[in-house]
Amino acid sequence: MSETRPDTRQRRPAAEGWFTTADGVTRLLGTRCASCGTPYFPRNALACRNPGCPGPRDGSDLVPHEFSPRGRVWSYTDARYQPPPPYVPAEPFRPFAIVAVELADERMVVLGQAVPEVTVDDLAVGMEVELTEGVLFEDDEAVHTVWMWRPVR
Amino acid sequence: MSPTTNDVVVLGAGMHPWGKWGRDFVEYGLAAARAALADAGLTWPDVQYVAGADTIRNGYPGFVSGATFAQALGWTGARVSSSYAACASGAQAIANARAQILAGLADVALVVGADTTPKGFFKPVGGDRPDDPDWLRFRLLGASNPTYFALYARRRMALYGASTDDFAAVKVKNARHGLANPNARYRKEVTVEDVRASAVVADPLRLLDICATSDGGAALVLASADYARRHGVTDPVRIAGLSTVTPTFPKTVLDLPDFATDSAMTVPPPDRPFRAALAHAAYEEAGLGPSDLSFAEVYDLSTALELDWCEDVGLCAEGEAEALLRSGATALGGRVPVNPSGGLACFGEAIPAQAIAQVCELTWQLRGRAEGRQVENPRAGIAVNQGLFGHGSAIIATT
Repeated sequence: MSETRPDTRQRRPAAEGWFTTADGVTRLLGTRCASCGTPYFPRNALACRNPGCPGPRDGSDLVPHEFSPRGRVWSYTDARYQPPPPYVPAEPFRPFAIVAVELADERMVVLGQAVPEVTVDDLAVGMEVELTEGVLFEDDEAVHTVWMWRPVR
Repeated sequence: MSPTTNDVVVLGAGMHPWGKWGRDFVEYGLAAARAALADAGLTWPDVQYVAGADTIRNGYPGFVSGATFAQALGWTGARVSSSYAACASGAQAIANARAQILAGLADVALVVGADTTPKGFFKPVGGDRPDDPDWLRFRLLGASNPTYFALYARRRMALYGASTDDFAAVKVKNARHGLANPNARYRKEVTVEDVRASAVVADPLRLLDICATSDGGAALVLASADYARRHGVTDPVRIAGLSTVTPTFPKTVLDLPDFATDSAMTVPPPDRPFRAALAHAAYEEAGLGPSDLSFAEVYDLSTALELDWCEDVGLCAEGEAEALLRSGATALGGRVPVNPSGGLACFGEAIPAQAIAQVCELTWQLRGRAEGRQVENPRAGIAVNQGLFGHGSAIIATT
């Protein structure tokens, strides 16, 4: 009889510093210009990109910023065919939805995969969605996680 | 209108047909260059400046395309440039050549772009590059190029009531336009049913909504108006305006390879989004407006994107492109035919050659030599392109 070995693999973000799940809420991590207030995702540490920013624009005023975890669907689509590397597909490949979400506070649109059980048929432009953490891919070493959108129940 | 001293004119246009052969891209560029020179009635040693449009998928020769083509044609001591600007590379090469001529540094220039493309989705160039957003969008999102086209298409459906049959109608129209174009890769009627029956690639777009990747080559011989006159060319096609402006902060439309737009929290979005700004700058330079256009060549990476472009270049108001399409105005014989060449729908994209090919089409149309797809009595045409990644172009040519 075969025994199921416990999964001792680490669960870790596929990209370090892009999102946090502290306090049980998944939030995107970026930076914000302390001089003009412009937020950036992904993290911008070089210099504020607002050409009218009154700050020094040398990166010294870019501070960590946690983004709002909820927004409304700006648009959505899916991937019916396996994307090329460096995407790491599940075996066998399973189509997945991709959502562009408008964050009300930050007034910007951010992309993310939808959670696996959500298809394009479950989505609509304007629908409220929230962030969660999901599995992007697994290998022998670890379960690699990423931010994902899901409809607000 | 007769050309003034400050005009840059098209003396020659030439192409190697689009297809999928996998041969050396230099061969396509050479064939296009020779065709353009023959069309201009010039020989290669007459060329003082050669501008190459680079390809990043063909090794080192592709990164220094200007010199690659110059070597293939035979070193003559001509001055040279090589440009990469994603899909706008060809326009960038045209812009370089035009600037040399306008500055009086050269009288006659050759512009060449050619590509050989791999099969399937475009993927990022090789190697692990976790700091490159183009690598990361594949890694973290699985977002291929059609992902972005599909997001725009779904947005049109939600905002303006576009239907997938509207998108299919763009393909049907362009397939008909390209039927007689000897340089087009696909020369076959397509029906709405054909589009409906093709596989969904990125909902709501199907395989026949999305342009293929192709091999091909295109070239132009540009000259000063004085040079043209000295060579007895009395009524050449003129490049009346050329814009390669960047977006204005905050850029609020997602482009490849973005994970997010700029935030509009601190600065309001610009009056004109990126694509509209590209066209506007070219109109300003040419002293023309959308109502002066006889036709347009727009970058239909997807069928739905052609509808976006119709609005961006001002053929109709925002949200009215579907009505414009349904009215027949954008078909040959209509008020302002869009993509009389057949567009990317019939060509597929040969990245560095595509924007040059668009200007070849403007030239042939304005000369009245676009056999089987001729726009009636054209006076002015625009060619627009979004290189994505923040590059793009708009070029206006007139009789």
